[in-house]
Amino acid sequence: MADARSEILSRVRGALADRPSPAPVVRDYERTRVVDDPLGLLAERVADYQAVVHRVPTAELPARIGECLLARGASTVAVPADVPQPWRVPGVNWLPDEPPVPLTELDGVDGVLTGCAVAIAETGTIVLDAGAAQGRRMLSLVPDYHLCVVRAEQVAVSVPEALARLDPVRPLTFISGPSATSDIELDRVEGVHGPRTLEVLLVSA
Amino acid sequence: MARNPVTWLGSPTFPKAAHAALADTQLRQNLRKATTTIRGKRAGVVAELDDWERLRHAGESIKDDVLANLDTYLLRLEESVTARGGVVHWARDAEEANRIVLDLARAEGADEVVKVKSMATAETGLNEALEAGGVRPVETDLAELIVQLGHDRPSHILVPAIHRNRAEIRDVFRREMADAPASDEPRDLAEAARRHLRRKFLSAKVAISGANFAVADTGSIVVVESEGNGRMCLTLPDTLITVMGIEKLVPTWADLEVFLQLLPRSSTAERMNPYTSVWSGVTPGDGPQKFHLVLLDNGRTATLADTVGRQALRCIRCSACLNVCPVYERTGGQAYGSVYPGPIGAILAPQLVNDPDDEQAASLPYASSLCGACYEVCPVRINIPEVLTHLRSEVVQAKGKRTPEALAMAAAAWMFGDPKRYEAAQRAGSLTRFLARDGKISHLPWPGSKWTSSRDLPAVPKESFRAWWRRNRG
Ligand code: SF4
Repeated sequence: MADARSEILSRVRGALADRPSPAPVVRDYERTRVVDDPLGLLAERVADYQAVVHRVPTAELPARIGECLLARGASTVAVPADVPQPWRVPGVNWLPDEPPVPLTELDGVDGVLTGCAVAIAETGTIVLDAGAAQGRRMLSLVPDYHLCVVRAEQVAVSVPEALARLDPVRPLTFISGPSATSDIELDRVEGVHGPRTLEVLLVSA
Repeated sequence: MARNPVTWLGSPTFPKAAHAALADTQLRQNLRKATTTIRGKRAGVVAELDDWERLRHAGESIKDDVLANLDTYLLRLEESVTARGGVVHWARDAEEANRIVLDLARAEGADEVVKVKSMATAETGLNEALEAGGVRPVETDLAELIVQLGHDRPSHILVPAIHRNRAEIRDVFRREMADAPASDEPRDLAEAARRHLRRKFLSAKVAISGANFAVADTGSIVVVESEGNGRMCLTLPDTLITVMGIEKLVPTWADLEVFLQLLPRSSTAERMNPYTSVWSGVTPGDGPQKFHLVLLDNGRTATLADTVGRQALRCIRCSACLNVCPVYERTGGQAYGSVYPGPIGAILAPQLVNDPDDEQAASLPYASSLCGACYEVCPVRINIPEVLTHLRSEVVQAKGKRTPEALAMAAAAWMFGDPKRYEAAQRAGSLTRFLARDGKISHLPWPGSKWTSSRDLPAVPKESFRAWWRRNRG
C-alpha cells in the first residue's frame, strides 16, 4: 500500500482528470477606501466593540498611560522589555518580560501595556506582530486588562491595506475589542478567556 | 473501509429525524430566536461594504483555483511549513488522522489535551478516539464545552449548542462544573466557563486545533475565533497539533484580504471577529515549540472528483447558509445526523460519506425546499440548490427507477425543482395527496410528510416555505 501522502496526491490528480480551468481571479474589489478621518473611524469602530478608546496628543501619552492604569487600579503591569522608556511611568510596578515572565506570574498581574504593528480603521482591529513594543503573544493574552498604544501612522483604512503592511511569517494576532462570545443565543457578550477589558490610546500629533 | 464518522452511526434518515425534531417546540423557539438575530445583523454588516458582491466573486475564484491546482498547493504548503520548523502529516481518512494525533499526544506524555473548536476533528470523531486511547480532550470553545458537558451533539457549525437557550445552558453548567454560574445571564455563563477552563489552559502540554485557512506560499495557518480560548491553545502549550481539511488552502497571503472580510461578516455578523491568530511553523521563544500539521482527506478527494459537487469544497464554514435556511430553522441541526448540518451539510456530508448504500446520507440532499436563500448569502457563491438537485438525481439513479422510494424521491425532486409547482402543491392541500395520485407512493419523504402528520404546527401547513421565507427573512 502506498503511503498516505502519495495516495492522497494521486487521488487529487485522479479527481482533477477533467482538468478544470477556473476563471482567473478578478480583484476588482476595493483595496483601499478613502475616508475623511481614518483615526476617527478607528476610534468609533473600536468603541463599537465595547473597548475604551482615548485620542491622545503625543506629548501627553505618558501622563495618559498613568491615568488609565490608576483609574483601573492596576499596580503590577507586565510590559515588553522594549517599550519606550517614557511609557513606564513612575508609580507602577512594571514587570518587564526579560527574562520571560513565568506564566503563573503573568496570570497574577493587573494588566499589560503594549504597542501594536498595524490598526485597521474600517473594522476597528489592532494587529500585533510580536515586533517592537509588543512582546510574546502570551503577554497580551493572559492578563485580564490590555492597554494598547496605537500611533497614527500605524492606522490603515481597509483590510487589504493592513495585510499588505504585515509580514505573514511573524506570529500575528488580530484583536477586535475585548474577548467575546456569540455562543449563547447568537448574541454577543464581552469577556471570556482573553482580556476582558481592552483600552486603546490612539496617539497623534 | 471503515465508515466515515462525518455522519453519526445509527442516525435515522432525514425525513424521520425531522419529523421527531418538529415536535420539539422549545428547540424551534431557541433556533428561531438565534437565527433571526443573526440574520438581521449579517444583513447590516454586509450592506456596509459596497464591494461585497465583488468580494464574493473573488472568494469563489480563489477557491476554484485552489481546487483546480490542489496537488501543487498542498506540496507548496508542505514545503513552507516544513521550512519553518513544522512537521506535516497526511491522513487518508478519519481513522488515520485520529491515530496520528493520538500518537503525537502520547509521545508528549499528555493525558489531557485542550482543543480549539474545529470542524475537521469533529468530523473525524477525534474526541472519542482520544478517550479510547486514554487521553482526555477538553473542548474550550464555549458552545463546544456546552455540548461536551451536556453529553450532547452539535447542531450548528459555528455555534454547536445553538439549540440550547441560556436556562438550559445554566442547568448543564450547574450539573457539571465545580464552580456553578451565578445566573443564566450570558455574562455569568461566560464567566463560569472562564473559571472552569483557566487552570487547564495554564497547565496544558498539548493543544489541538483546526484551521480556517492555510497560506501555501508562506506556511501561515489562520484561526479565527472570538473568546480567546483559541489564542490560549495556540500560544500556551508547548506542542500544537493542527488538523485541517486539504481544501482549506489559499495560495498567497494577499488572498486573505478577501476571506478576512467575507468570513466574519458572514458568520458572526461582525466587521471582524474578536481574535484572529496567524502563525507559520515555530517561532523561537514565542508560542508552541513543536508544531504538527495533519492534512486530512476523508472523502474530500472523492468530492473533488464530482464536477458539480466539488464546489462544496469552497466552503469556509461561515454558517450563513444555516442561519437563513427555513428547513434548518424548523428541524434544528441534529436532524441531519452529521457534524455538518443545514444546507452545506446536505451537500457536503453525503459526498464525504461517498456510499450510495448509506440511506441516511442519501436522504440529506432532500433536506431542502430549494428556496435558494443559501446560495444568495454564501460568501463563496456555492450554488447549493444546484448541487442538491444533482445529488438527488444521483440517488435516484443509484437506487434504480422502480423502488417506491426512488419514485417518491423523483416526484419530490421534480416538484422541489420548481418553486412554483411546490407552492401550488402546498396551497392545493396535502402534498401526500398531491403525490399519491400515481397510486404507487404510500408516503412521502420529508418535507412532504410533515405537512400531513405533524401535530404541533398549526400555522405551518397554511404557509409555504417560500411564503414563510419572504415574510421572515432578516
Ligand atoms: S456553504 Fe457557503 S454559506 Fe454555507 S457555511 Fe459554507 S461558505 Fe458559509
